Amino acid sequence: MSDAKPVIKADATLDLRGVMCPINFVKTKLKIEAMETGQVLELLLDSGEPVQNVPKSVKEEGHKILEVKKEDGHFRLMVKKGC
Amino acid sequence: MTDHFVEDKTNKVNVKLEGMAEKVNFNDLKTGGFIKQRQKDMFTVRLRCPGGRLSTDKLVEISKIAHKYSKKSVVHFSFRQSLEILYVDYKEFGNIVAELEKIGQKVASCGPRVRVPTACGGCEYNPNGLTDTQKMADMVDKKFFGTPTPHKFKTSFSGCPIDCARTKEMDLGFQGVVEPVWDEPSCTGCTICAEACKEDAIVSDPDTGKPIFDPKKCIFCGDCIRACPTEAWKAKRYGHIVRVGGKHGRHPVEAIEVCAFLPDEKVPDAIQKSIEWYNANGKRGERIATVLKRVGVRSYLDHMAPVFGAVAPAFAETTDKQGV
Repeated sequence: MSDAKPVIKADATLDLRGVMCPINFVKTKLKIEAMETGQVLELLLDSGEPVQNVPKSVKEEGHKILEVKKEDGHFRLMVKKGC
Repeated sequence: MTDHFVEDKTNKVNVKLEGMAEKVNFNDLKTGGFIKQRQKDMFTVRLRCPGGRLSTDKLVEISKIAHKYSKKSVVHFSFRQSLEILYVDYKEFGNIVAELEKIGQKVASCGPRVRVPTACGGCEYNPNGLTDTQKMADMVDKKFFGTPTPHKFKTSFSGCPIDCARTKEMDLGFQGVVEPVWDEPSCTGCTICAEACKEDAIVSDPDTGKPIFDPKKCIFCGDCIRACPTEAWKAKRYGHIVRVGGKHGRHPVEAIEVCAFLPDEKVPDAIQKSIEWYNANGKRGERIATVLKRVGVRSYLDHMAPVFGAVAPAFAETTDKQGV
């Protein structure tokens, strides 16, 4: 991770800790749909299956993952809405 | 399945379907995809659906024909993905075949020959898919279907290591793989690849978060490539793991891996040469698993060298371990 990275500001946050696959992805999708292109969604995902599956599905939907931070037992992701 | 029916040992392959209403050799029928049922005069007509894929147009037409000829108005999906029309009176064979032909639907085959290939959805629409299994199944069906062999010869195509098409249980199976390659400058050390890897082939460096990759543990599924947010993991090459000598049935045998990363364009050669070896070495009624056991895997690998040659070395070790 580089030192002088600009801090990414989230336009919305979705805490999906404790939410199972694939409900976590569906909730992410619905949230992103309600946002504008270019806006950033902050996602909190559990380790294990959620973080194995949700990021790649988000990518496949055409959104960009700007940042991933591993925190205690979960991940914090910044997702920029694509077209 | 229907394999309790007596196998045709006479090597009569093509059954005349026209004007056969009176004299019918029931043993011969199975070679043409007509399988005798318990019920008097009743047969199952097995259709040829490579990869289990059908256009909806064709399915509509097939269902009309099935409705007309099945005395019990039922169909069954065979274990090898083909549609079977049940309870067809053998006196109607000529008619049902003619009607199926009109819509371009062929009847499958049983007995000692190359069977209809099976396949998963593949990379066309399945997110896990690495190879175009449907395209390959179609190719095998067109090029090899019905080729005579000492015993049945089943092929299948799985698009990824989850192996839904059970290539480990086929006479010759092809399973999609992708070799990942890591580009350090694009990596942010986010550790998602290590999380995504279900094989522990990637662990994150505790300081930088960057991946430490163990190719020995990798099964080449591509999860790391798909999970990576910055495209630091990329596909170096796609191909097929080739497995030979598997079978299910009463005495299942797990196939052995004989090649890795075989490219699409070499698959027809691999099948062609495998059939050649099988026909040259197999006795009537022997599956290729038995021939490999009797004659030795080395003989097979030597024969396959022109096809597998450059792509085989990684697996020499594995096959030696398997007691070649």
